Amino acid sequence: MKDLSLHILDIAENSINAGATEIRIRIVEDIKENLLLIEISDNGRGMDDETLKKVCDPFFTTKACKRTGLGLPLLAQSAKECCGDLTIRTAKGSGTTISAAFQYDHIDRKPLGDMTETLIVLIASHPEIDFIYKHRKNESAYIMNTALLREELDGIPMNSPEVIKFIKDDINAWLNQADNMIQ
Amino acid sequence: MARLTIDDLKKIKEKQKSTFALREGGYRAKITVHMGTCGIAAGARELMTALLDEIAQAKVEDVITTTSGCAGLCAREPMATVEIMNKPPVKYGDLNGDRIREIFKEHVLGGNPLEKYALVVGSETTY
Repeated sequence: MKDLSLHILDIAENSINAGATEIRIRIVEDIKENLLLIEISDNGRGMDDETLKKVCDPFFTTKACKRTGLGLPLLAQSAKECCGDLTIRTAKGSGTTISAAFQYDHIDRKPLGDMTETLIVLIASHPEIDFIYKHRKNESAYIMNTALLREELDGIPMNSPEVIKFIKDDINAWLNQADNMIQ
Repeated sequence: MARLTIDDLKKIKEKQKSTFALREGGYRAKITVHMGTCGIAAGARELMTALLDEIAQAKVEDVITTTSGCAGLCAREPMATVEIMNKPPVKYGDLNGDRIREIFKEHVLGGNPLEKYALVVGSETTY
């Protein structure tokens, strides 16, 4: 993966395949603490202990049509390459939380990449799922909850171009603002 | 939320309501972008962004997009499957942003499958 936003897209796709109806994506960029934290939690079907033990093995997959499962191992590698780590909290029937921590200023840390694009792609292709996106950049924080947007839209589909554009503009506006504050 | 307000959303709602009421709920075409780890690493996100852009530009409301997992042909990623109602689905491989735009215009809007990028016809249906 070229950047971390692609990892996030990949892990969120796992949540969707696990039957999640709500996916929370949390990003913390804390320069003072020298920490970048990514957390993706869902209310999908979760994993039993046996699966959890094997999930970071690249040759383990739950799918019958292939023999490798690279998503989580690649994210774990990306984290470990920059003094970080990957932790998984899960239980059968009660969802999964994936946390990846990175040393913010490590030379091998991948850039965060285009989070707007990742979110737009997720929301537009899975309009029925509730996405809760929280992003903190030092002192500046952003939150978006598509469940609330959906309520407000009153029947207009989440994936209609106007709504997608609204979401895109909103996230971009905050990202620009947060970037300017750092400079 | 940063700059846009609930009022902006309400405007969208009012604007869309008139056109939305005319729709019958069904869709004519469905495009599935394969977003397994292999697909994403090969550039599948760019395909989806290009498609959303084309849909907005063409102002079509009967085309939907979705994602699926690895199709077992990782070497041919990024891949997408185009399903037009009552026609066999066509699976395309080795795509990029420009190629999916071409497919959107020719196949989804024009109804003619693009043979030069097609891998297989009629292999799967998801609707």
